[in-house]
Amino acid sequence: MRIENVVCPFCGCLCDDIVVEVEDNRVTAVKKTCSSGRSLFLNAHTGAAHPTVDGKEVAWSEAMDTAARLLADSASPLIYGLSSTASEAQRKAIALADLLGASIDSTSSVCHGPTTIGIQSQGEPTCTLGEVKHRADLLIFWGCNPAEAHIRHFARYSVSARGKLTPQGRKDRTVVVVDVRPTRRSRNADIFLQLRPGCDYEVLTALRALLKGETLDVTEVGGVGVAQLADLVERMKSCRFGVIFFGMGVTQTGGKYLNITELLALVAELNDYTRFTTMAMRGHGNVAGADCTLTWQTGYPFAINFARGYPQYNPGEFTAVDMLARQEADAALIIASDPVAHFPRLAAQWLSQIPTIVLDPEANLTAREARVVLPTAIYGVSAVGTAYRMDNVPLPLKKVVDSPQPTDEQVLDWMIERVKA
Amino acid sequence: MVPKLILITGRTIKQGEALHKGKDSDEYRQATGFVEMSRADRGRLAPQGWGERGAAQRVRVRTAFGEAELELREGNLPEGMIFVPMGPAANALIGSETRGTGMPDSKGLEAEVEPL
Repeated sequence: MRIENVVCPFCGCLCDDIVVEVEDNRVTAVKKTCSSGRSLFLNAHTGAAHPTVDGKEVAWSEAMDTAARLLADSASPLIYGLSSTASEAQRKAIALADLLGASIDSTSSVCHGPTTIGIQSQGEPTCTLGEVKHRADLLIFWGCNPAEAHIRHFARYSVSARGKLTPQGRKDRTVVVVDVRPTRRSRNADIFLQLRPGCDYEVLTALRALLKGETLDVTEVGGVGVAQLADLVERMKSCRFGVIFFGMGVTQTGGKYLNITELLALVAELNDYTRFTTMAMRGHGNVAGADCTLTWQTGYPFAINFARGYPQYNPGEFTAVDMLARQEADAALIIASDPVAHFPRLAAQWLSQIPTIVLDPEANLTAREARVVLPTAIYGVSAVGTAYRMDNVPLPLKKVVDSPQPTDEQVLDWMIERVKA
Repeated sequence: MVPKLILITGRTIKQGEALHKGKDSDEYRQATGFVEMSRADRGRLAPQGWGERGAAQRVRVRTAFGEAELELREGNLPEGMIFVPMGPAANALIGSETRGTGMPDSKGLEAEVEPL
């Protein structure tokens, strides 16, 4: 069976033109995906998997009872992950956090959390990827590496996409890469600015000064010549529609949200001259959805705590790395994420010492250390649901194979019922 | 010994492909178990040469927060910079201080590298 226009749930591009061939409830071929998307569909488990408690296979009812008891008995539970599950399940996770008086945080806190903090202080110019495809003639990729992390971004939405006002694709656009090292993309860029590590803030400030018509009394800023920066400012002012896409290179270096505040200020000021916008290159398939769902449910996008019976927001206090490294969480529910594989060692070590419950289709490194493992269906492969693209456009995920596993949403519903009982 | 280097961590295509094959797969271990360095720094690290051609070169990378033993690869990086793909080895090198943001310093850490 051939299924067309399937949405790949892997990264924030949510490419919705995938063709999947299915035989005997197995994905046998995938077309149009990048290599990561292909690997996701072809390696998707479709067989039955049992829940486990302390490494032993048990019935669902027993696993659910144990999980609910561990959470209900905890004084400071942490719910974390959410970026690779559907928004319907994210909503249930928030309801559970509310019920438990728990902290809830998404993987945003270790990717674009600083972006969100920057947006809260500076505001955010927005656009869709469709507008970029059809209108943008100046594309700046700053501290992001789509060739490794968002592989079809160039072809579908940005560099070589052919749009109504950009009929010649790549020829109609100027492409600038700003990074601390040469990348696959920088070799094909029209302009490559190689920064010294940790100098994003200085360079952004210099660009703002040049835009205001100031003269700089230095010859270079952050490893880049002032003449090159002045040239970039002229291109920014004179383009028809400019976009800065940015990634972890800006959010994970020193300064963090201050880098983002400066970047957003530059983009706001450019709108005195032309249409200019910016977009975070969101990593996981529904990490943008985690921000959206948390915000419309609680008023805050991540780092939320319900201990007082109402939502409080505080990055650095209720963010997962901090709560674990400071040993403040005494139980954890990890949904569709693998913090043991991706957190700094101190935080990961505490996670393996407290009772942890994992909801995930994969037997990941966190599941290996967990008290309770609840294997669920895969949104976008064996379950339907909603995911938000990196431009915050929600897309319906399709189901291409059947799974005997329940969805994250169903399991969270069962957990809510048990905690209430 | 090469003077202090700047460590950055990040995604790669191979890491993205391998994570679907399982975090205990050989593909994932290989995709996340190496450090990249410029040719010049790699030469400075072993002035007497690296021994048998084609043999895997192992190094120890150390930061203020931890250390990891990794395969050394030559990468297209500026001198003074090393790259480790996100994964268990990178985690061992990153501190958990987030300076009130929730985000650890995953890029821009000082690191030392020594041959094994």
